[in-house]
Amino acid sequence: MSHDQEPDHDHEPDHDHEHRGHGHDHESHGHPPGQRHPFQPDLEDGPYSWHMALTDAVADLLLAKGLITADELRRTLEDIDSKSPALGARLVARAWVDPAFKARLLADVNAAAAELGIDAGPIPIRAVECAPGEHHVIVCTLCSCYPRLLLGAAPDWYKARAYRSRVVREPRPVLAEFGLELDPEVAVIVHDSTAELRFMVLPERPAGTEGWDEERLAALVTRDCLIGVARPRVPAA
Amino acid sequence: MTRPRFRPGQPVRVKALFPPGHCRTPFYTRGKRGRILDLVDVEPDPEERAYGRPGLPPVPVWRVVFAQHELWPDYRGPARDQVVVGIFEPWLEPLEDGG
Repeated sequence: MSHDQEPDHDHEPDHDHEHRGHGHDHESHGHPPGQRHPFQPDLEDGPYSWHMALTDAVADLLLAKGLITADELRRTLEDIDSKSPALGARLVARAWVDPAFKARLLADVNAAAAELGIDAGPIPIRAVECAPGEHHVIVCTLCSCYPRLLLGAAPDWYKARAYRSRVVREPRPVLAEFGLELDPEVAVIVHDSTAELRFMVLPERPAGTEGWDEERLAALVTRDCLIGVARPRVPAA
Repeated sequence: MTRPRFRPGQPVRVKALFPPGHCRTPFYTRGKRGRILDLVDVEPDPEERAYGRPGLPPVPVWRVVFAQHELWPDYRGPARDQVVVGIFEPWLEPLEDGG
């Protein structure tokens, strides 16, 4: 509601809005009084790209021909959006407490995920295991391949040219920029996803987690640990 | 199906080819020497599929390990640092051991 419609509105310059329960001062926003905040653009206000048109056209055709239903399309999108690094963290935590599961995870991530009721999708995923003398990190230099059906959407920096071009060229300075300084005795092994294979990093279990249950362990394994630009860390007590 | 022609541990070289169009062999590996890690799979050839063709018979894909110092002669880092890349078999040629 506009203040000007209030019959008892007081136009005194020192008028205090606080008494009406407004939590802010209209005169201190850096734009002239009476002018509204610029709106955040709606999604439709961006350019309608060729690929957006293609996506819409294919979806419309699939629906019009009855090959899929609108509900199936919606459920699939919902399912894709429901994936998150927490699923990868569950796999890592189980591997840390169960050596037989770890062996199965290293052999076939998708099958190991299915054991925990996680659908990791049809594209095979390989786990690369960090060890005391060996650190692994993943990238896709050609585009932005990522195990998204397990871990959800990739972070923007993973898709950026800077990360993709630099991490295969100078991984140690890149990792240092992420705050991960590695000793020269630790080999850095970069995995470039160029074929129909995706990767996740199986990090080392941090010291000081002896006796922890899987849920507590999983909380240490973040998205960046699964990409290999960070290591799981026990929070300071 | 094409029978895989390499074995894990075998030294290989990526062909120094620069064809136009779609391929999955990163530029930084072209002409570089590496070692076969393992067979990923056999996959329809993406260089054919990119143009709407089926890409059959499927092509073996190998994970190849490259030393960073081989890829980047000015690499500043330990000799054990490596990059592992999936390479489609037609891009690979065998090297003599120690080659």
